[in-house]
Amino acid sequence: MLRYTVRRLLQLVLVVGVLSLLLFAWLRSLPGGPVSALLGERGTEESRRELTALLGLDQPIYVQYFKFLGRALSGDFGTSLGVQPGTTAVDLFLERFPATLELSFCAIVLAIAAGIPLGYLAARRRGRWFDNAGVIGSLIGVAVPVFFLAFVLKHIFAVELQWLPSAGRQDDISATRVTGFYVFDGIITGEWDAVWNSLEHLILPSIALATIPFAVIFRITRAAVLDVLDEDYVRTAESKGLTAQVVRRRHVLRNAMLPVVTTIGLQTGALLAGAVLTEKVFSFPGLGEALALGFERRDYPVLQVLIIVAAMVYVFVNLLVDLSYALIDPRVRTR
Amino acid sequence: MPKIDMTRGSTLRKLTIVGVASITALSLAACAQSQRDPGNQGGKTGGTLTFGAEGKPKLFDPFYATDGATFRISRQVFEGLVGFKPGSAEAGPELATKWESSTDGKSWTFTLKQGVKFHDGTDFNAEAACFNFNRWYNQKGAGQSSSVSEYWVDNFGGFADGAKPSLFKSCTVKDAQNIVVELTGASSKFPDVLGLPSFSMQSPTAMQKYNADNVVAQGESFIFPEYAMKQPTGTGPFKFVNYDTTNNLIELGRFDGYHGDKAKLDKLNFKVIADETARKQALQSGDIDGYDYPAPADWAKLKTDGFQVVPRDAFNVMYLGITQKNNAKLQDFRVRKAISMAINREQLVKSQLPETATVATQFMPKIVQGYNPNVKPIEYSPEKAKALLAEAGASNLEVNFWWPSEVTRPYMPNPQDIFGAIAADLRNVGIKLNVVTKPWNGGYLTEIDQAKADLFLLGWTGDQSAAANWIGTFFGNAENRFYTKSSPWGEDLAKRLDAADVTADKAQREKLYQELNRQIVEEYLPAVPLSHSPPAFVLKKDVKNLTPSPLTAEEFSPVTKG
Repeated sequence: MLRYTVRRLLQLVLVVGVLSLLLFAWLRSLPGGPVSALLGERGTEESRRELTALLGLDQPIYVQYFKFLGRALSGDFGTSLGVQPGTTAVDLFLERFPATLELSFCAIVLAIAAGIPLGYLAARRRGRWFDNAGVIGSLIGVAVPVFFLAFVLKHIFAVELQWLPSAGRQDDISATRVTGFYVFDGIITGEWDAVWNSLEHLILPSIALATIPFAVIFRITRAAVLDVLDEDYVRTAESKGLTAQVVRRRHVLRNAMLPVVTTIGLQTGALLAGAVLTEKVFSFPGLGEALALGFERRDYPVLQVLIIVAAMVYVFVNLLVDLSYALIDPRVRTR
Repeated sequence: MPKIDMTRGSTLRKLTIVGVASITALSLAACAQSQRDPGNQGGKTGGTLTFGAEGKPKLFDPFYATDGATFRISRQVFEGLVGFKPGSAEAGPELATKWESSTDGKSWTFTLKQGVKFHDGTDFNAEAACFNFNRWYNQKGAGQSSSVSEYWVDNFGGFADGAKPSLFKSCTVKDAQNIVVELTGASSKFPDVLGLPSFSMQSPTAMQKYNADNVVAQGESFIFPEYAMKQPTGTGPFKFVNYDTTNNLIELGRFDGYHGDKAKLDKLNFKVIADETARKQALQSGDIDGYDYPAPADWAKLKTDGFQVVPRDAFNVMYLGITQKNNAKLQDFRVRKAISMAINREQLVKSQLPETATVATQFMPKIVQGYNPNVKPIEYSPEKAKALLAEAGASNLEVNFWWPSEVTRPYMPNPQDIFGAIAADLRNVGIKLNVVTKPWNGGYLTEIDQAKADLFLLGWTGDQSAAANWIGTFFGNAENRFYTKSSPWGEDLAKRLDAADVTADKAQREKLYQELNRQIVEEYLPAVPLSHSPPAFVLKKDVKNLTPSPLTAEEFSPVTKG
C-alpha cells in the first residue's frame, strides 16, 4: 500500500511539472496580454513597449520560464495584474479558495444526499413511474448548461421573487473572519446572522452547481444497484436467510458503492469547471470568478497559480479515489 | 429479481429521509422570505448606500491610478486644489479658493482654503500642498514608469532627475495660505489638470508613515506600498474604512471633521460586480441601491420598473479609425472622404446608441474648450461616395476592417452591432471588406497600435475639457495609430497642436483649436468621428441628489436615501 502511494505521488509531481511548462508557454502564445489590459485605449505603441520591458515580457519564453520557476520555488508566484491588482497571486488564491471550497462542498453534499438514495430507490422500482421520472430528470440535469440553469435560478428567486441575494458571498462585512469559511466562522464566533446570510448567498449557486454531479451520481448508483441485485451472491445471501437489511447494507450497497465513489471523485474534480460558470453568474468571489476574469484581463500570474493548483487538486482527488478503491477492494493493490 | 422491502428504520430509509430532508430544508430556506436590505433605512440623513461598481479599484492612491474604478473612490475621499463644478466639466475652486498666473502663463499663485484637515488630523496648508507637488515630481524607479504615474507623465512629462523634460519646475511656500507653482512653459491644461483625481492632495503624515512612494517592479508586476492599498488619507467628505477583497466591497464612512457640508450618509459602500447583467439583477433583487453603466438596451425597462436612469453629458467620442500606413489608397483624401460619406451616422446613432447620444461633428464634444460649432457636417451620400472613389481610382477598394470583441466601452456599448451597421454602409458603396475580430485585451489594442488594421473602431473618454486631452492625444504625435505621418500635413498638424497647447492667452488658444478642429474634419480626415454616447447610472427611487457629471466625477456627499 505504501509503495503504491509513493509511486502515485511521484506521478503527481511529474504531471504538475510538465503541465506548468505547457501552461506557461500556452498563456504567452495567446494574442494580446496583460499590457493591453493595463493600458486600455490610453496606451500608445511607446508606452506598451516600455511596460512590456518593465514586466520582462519581451524576453524569450524560456528565460521568462526559468525566472518564473526560480521565483516560484521561493514561494513567489507573482502579483495579480488585473484580477486584484497589487495582491500576490498566492494571497489571492488563499483568499478565494475557501469561497470555492465552501460552494463546492455544499454542491457535492447536495448531489450525494439526493443522488445516492434516489438512485437506489429508482433501481428498486425499475420500470415504474418513479424510475422513469428519475431517469428523464437526470438526463435533463446533465443536458442543461450550468450557466443557463444558474441564470434561470437567479432570475426567478433573486430578481423576480427577491427571496435570495443575486450576487456575492455575504452582505455584512463587519462579520468576524477566522478561517475564511464564512458559515464555519459564523458558527464558531456565534454570529448567527452572518451564518444565515452566508447560507442565503450559497443556496442558489449550490443548487446550480449540484445539478450535473447529482444527475451523474443518480444514474451510476441506479445502474450499480441494478447490477448488484442480479448478482449470485445477493441471491445466496438471501437464501441463507439473512434479513433484507443485512443483505442491503453488507452486500448490495457496499458492492454498488465502488463505481459511485469513483464517480464522486471525478465529479468533485469536474466541479471546478462548473464553479467557473456558476461563480461568474452569481458574482461569487471564488476561484472560478478569478479564473474567468484572469483570462479576460490576461493576468498571467493569477492564471498560472489557479491552473496549476486546479491540476494538482484534480490529480490528487484521483489519487484519493484510487487509494480508497484499494482500501475497499484489496485486488486493486496487487495490480 | 429478488424483492427487498424497505423496512422501517433501515439504513437506506434513513439515508433517503436525510437526503430528501436536506433538499426540502434548502427549498424551504429559499422560500423563507427574508427582509434583505443593503443598508439601514436611515430616513433623510444617515444610513448606508451601496452602489454597484463595474470594476475593482487598482489601488487607492490616485496618483498611481488610471482606472475609473479607483477614481470613483478617490473623488469621495480626496480633493484637489482645483475641482469641477457639479454637473459640468468646468474647473472651479476646491482646496484653492483662487489662483492667478503671470502673463506668460509660467508662474501660478494659489490661495488655499483655511481650516481644512486631512482624515488623520494633519492640517492642510501651503506646506502640505507643496509636499504633494514635490512628491509627484520626485518619483524614483518604478514610480517613474508611465504605466504607474501615467497621468503625471501624460500631463507634466518628466521628473526631477531631468532624464526627460518636465512642465513642472517648482512649488514654493509663499506663506501659510499661498503657494507659487512655477512651470517651464505655458500649458493649456494647467491649472485645470489639477482637478484630475491623480493630483488630489494627500496627507504628508500618512504618506510618510506608510511609505507612499515605495513602488517596486517585481517579476511581472508592480508591488504598491501599504499607503496605496490600505491607508489613503485625503480631505474629502468620506474617509476610507475598509476594502474587503474577498467580498469585493469597498467601505467608506462619513468624515465628521470635513470642512464643507458634511456627507449625509453614514456609510457609502461600493460593491464590485463586473458583469453588467449581474449589476442589474443585484439592483432588481434589492442588493444594491444603484449602479453604474447600465446597458443602453436596458434603460427603458429599468425606467418602467420604477428606477431612475440618469444619463451624463457625453464626454467621449467614438470614431472609425483609418490607418494610412499599409494601404496606399487610404493616403488619398478623396478615399477617406468617400468612406466618411458612405456611413449613415444619423441612423447609426438612432439604432445602436442610447437615446441621448449625438452624431459627432468633430473629435470632441461641445463642452470641451476649442470645440468649433461651425464645422461643416459630414454629408451622408452613398452616390457622392461612389463618385469620389471612382475619381480616386479606388472603385475596387479593399480594406481590412477590425472590430473588438469581449468589450463594451461607454462610447461603444455594442461593438458587434456598430460594426455591422458601418460594414453594411461601406459594402453598399462597393468597398470590399476583410473582417478581422480580436478580443479587446487579446490583441486588438496592441495590433491596432502596430498599424495592422486599415479601418478600426475605437474611441476615447476624456479626462478634462482641454482640447489637448482630445485632438492633442490623437494627432499630437505624427506616429499615431492613424499614421498621419504618411500624409503631407501629418507632421505639421502635430506641431500646430503643440503650439496651440503652449499658447498662454486663453481666447487666442481657443481660436487656434477651433481652426484645427475645422481643418481636421474638412481637409485632413485622419479618421471619421462618429458619435458621442452618454454613459448613465441607475438609482432606486428613494436615492436623491446624485448630480451626473460628464467627467463621471459624481460626488456622493449630498446624497440621501429613504
